[in-house]
Amino acid sequence: MLHVVLFFVFGTIAVAAAVNLLAQRHPINSALSLIVVMASLATLFLLMGAEFVAAIQVIVYAGAIMVLFVFVIMLLNAGEEERTPGSRVAMLLGFPAVVLLAGLVAWTLLARNPHPVPVELAGRFVGSPSAIAELLFRDFLLPFEVTSVLILIAIMGAVVLASPLGSVTGPDSPERPPAKRED
Amino acid sequence: MLSITTFIVVTVIKIVIALVVLLTAVAYSTWLERKVVGHIQNRWGPQRVGPFGLLQPLADGAKFIFKEDLTPPYVYKPLYLAAPILSLVLALTSISLVPIGNWVTVRGVSTPLEITDVNIGLLIILGITSLSVYGVALAGWSSNSKYSLLGSLRASAQMVSYEIALGLSLVGVLIMSGSLSLREIVDAQGGHMALSIPRWNIFRGQIVAFFVYLAAAYAETNRVPFDLPEAETELVAGYHTEYSSMKFAMFFMAEYANMITVASIATLLFLGGWHGPLFGPPWLQAILPVFWFALKVFGFIFLYIWIRGTLPRFRYDQLMAFGWKVLFPIAVANVLVTSLIVALQK
Repeated sequence: MLHVVLFFVFGTIAVAAAVNLLAQRHPINSALSLIVVMASLATLFLLMGAEFVAAIQVIVYAGAIMVLFVFVIMLLNAGEEERTPGSRVAMLLGFPAVVLLAGLVAWTLLARNPHPVPVELAGRFVGSPSAIAELLFRDFLLPFEVTSVLILIAIMGAVVLASPLGSVTGPDSPERPPAKRED
Repeated sequence: MLSITTFIVVTVIKIVIALVVLLTAVAYSTWLERKVVGHIQNRWGPQRVGPFGLLQPLADGAKFIFKEDLTPPYVYKPLYLAAPILSLVLALTSISLVPIGNWVTVRGVSTPLEITDVNIGLLIILGITSLSVYGVALAGWSSNSKYSLLGSLRASAQMVSYEIALGLSLVGVLIMSGSLSLREIVDAQGGHMALSIPRWNIFRGQIVAFFVYLAAAYAETNRVPFDLPEAETELVAGYHTEYSSMKFAMFFMAEYANMITVASIATLLFLGGWHGPLFGPPWLQAILPVFWFALKVFGFIFLYIWIRGTLPRFRYDQLMAFGWKVLFPIAVANVLVTSLIVALQK
């Protein structure tokens, strides 16, 4: 009973914050709404007994990725969003499209299984750290490692792109060639 | 199994006790800091208010309450007000997962000496700590002042960078104890090894991790020598420049509460938690674990203050280089070596 009440409380908060994310015109308010969404999702995970996933959700998404978002917004000192004629068109097309999409998803789900089984909310999910570790490091070891290599490649790409001379030598490393003087 | 009413009553009692003890500890940490730094600098420190200046925290509190609560006109109000509250709430929340002793039984009701026992307590504390950067970041941004913004940018970058070394320095301990529950980690450190050295993790090969944790924790709590976010010689007061009265006091309390949490985690993970010599009559044996825990935490707070009185501040580029090029590789190497040794022992 308590689980169901909590589910609806945090589910409502998550949806409200998600709507608020779109409605707010200042980027920092939108970013903070997104943090609220992440935190409510973590609580929903917790209700399903997936404590580890909940903790990781908070640490990785709310604590690391969103900090980066907020950091960039602060650094760029981004101002309020401006409304252009294009955004009115987007609104006119967007709202019907969202309703259409949501209806389509709901219809498909209901058509696939007409007697939906309610989700277990009382902690049946096996989400202990050791269970997840066994999945990651035994059953799905290869995909897991390949994913990490993929992320490594992305990091290296970012370093190369961000480097001013197109090379990876830093500004104070001795092997860097002397900068060309045009003037 | 407790009935739901007993559970709620016991929990409320524990929350009240924990908050009172924590806030008193926060107040007297400030007294201790002023006193110790005073003596280090050949001064007396507070001594006018009460014996040894012991009532100084109360006087400070009264002063904070009666100070003019100024809100600058150009701030972004919702976040300006939310930031100190967020900082303090997160700092006080994380203490609820810190166990300070074994189970106790009072009138047939048995309860652990912490507000709640979670099997991934350490992860949740790390999660709460990782959120505390928002208090600092939003304070600086919403103040709409260049000093605040620079201070909070520094703080966010510093906290995000050192969080990695902090998390990795704990992995060695986790590998050795095989659990994320703070209670189980402490239980695994009971007893003695050869030469009656206690089985604390710091003596079982985690001494490097301990010092990495120590350095990273000082940076996480923005303390000297990593207090660049509030470097008063260049940034006035950093992220809380525009705050006064109780709003400033909330940041101040959050900083000290975070210090106590960090010290508690170091005690639990590296120094055997509440384990220590037990002797004397039963009532003494019941109190001693809590005493040992408090003593170890006190030692950490004292070390914090000692270092503040001793070391100068880092330069910003040194700070970043130290975090990424020194602490991070050492922490990774520690994880590798620890897992290798644990794997070979099995």
